[in-house]
Amino acid sequence: MKGMTVIVKKTTQILAGMIFLYGTYVVIHGHLTPGGGFAGGVIMAGAFILITLAYGSDFLNLKSKEAGSTATENISILMVILLSVVGLFLGTKIFFLNFLPKGTVGELISAGTLPLYNIFVGIEVTSSIFIIFLALVIYKEEELT
Amino acid sequence: MEMAITIITGFMILGAVYAIHAKDLLSAVIACGIVGYGLVICFLLLKAPDLAIVQIVVETITLIIMVAVVLNSSREEAYAGLDPQGFVHAAASLIILVVLFYVFYMAIHSLDGFGNGSLRMAKAYIEGAAEKTGSANLVTGVVFDFRGYDTLGEATVLITAVLGVIAILRLRGKK
Repeated sequence: MKGMTVIVKKTTQILAGMIFLYGTYVVIHGHLTPGGGFAGGVIMAGAFILITLAYGSDFLNLKSKEAGSTATENISILMVILLSVVGLFLGTKIFFLNFLPKGTVGELISAGTLPLYNIFVGIEVTSSIFIIFLALVIYKEEELT
Repeated sequence: MEMAITIITGFMILGAVYAIHAKDLLSAVIACGIVGYGLVICFLLLKAPDLAIVQIVVETITLIIMVAVVLNSSREEAYAGLDPQGFVHAAASLIILVVLFYVFYMAIHSLDGFGNGSLRMAKAYIEGAAEKTGSANLVTGVVFDFRGYDTLGEATVLITAVLGVIAILRLRGKK
């Protein structure tokens, strides 16, 4: 896949960071404002897809990106399962136990483990959607060569 | 508000019908976008911003991928000729439509009014969620605390989908 014109590349340089920042905001404030891990993760994946579309697969070394995002996805889903299992070994044996202190409702650091779940699910959604997009790009070019 | 939702739903049905019958596949994909973005406006009118954010981003990325697929393959729709069994299928779907319409019409009298009334479970969630989970956003509290199993299953579905895509699309391993 070839890249696009200079205008698109420059606009992407300015916009992709802002889109990524907005995605992280939606993920981190998931327990306070509308949004959460799934919504913010898809927004962050949109930033990566925008860069890939604008610059093409010649400029970026896409093969290493695929291996990296596969590892990221597996590690983050493993962290979600570990977090939920930790509750089984603490006091009352409940799966998905909210074992951290709750704090006051409405502050950024509150609600126990919910922000951690949001962050890990956000990373997982980002890398899975980016892998699906990369698979459509990479394996088509393998066929051509 | 019910009037606005009715109008938007009508537009969505028109877009879906046009997407089936369009000769050009690119315009069919754009017409599918009417359904998705109409659903976003419906979610916003029904005060569900969580769903609206997810729907608008997923719809955009799906539209990009579908447009790329159409541009890489043919834009013409393959016409297979008149199917002799088509009349049987049309008659069967018409009968099912009439039966479903009758059943829903009979059942709709026993429901609560639009936007009023909630189930026993939902009332418990709405009243006690902020104290029990410490989360100001009710949806996150339900998704990650009360219904944690569901979310774990959802994330597992996503990772299974990625495994399937890589296994099917990979060409080097097939040789």
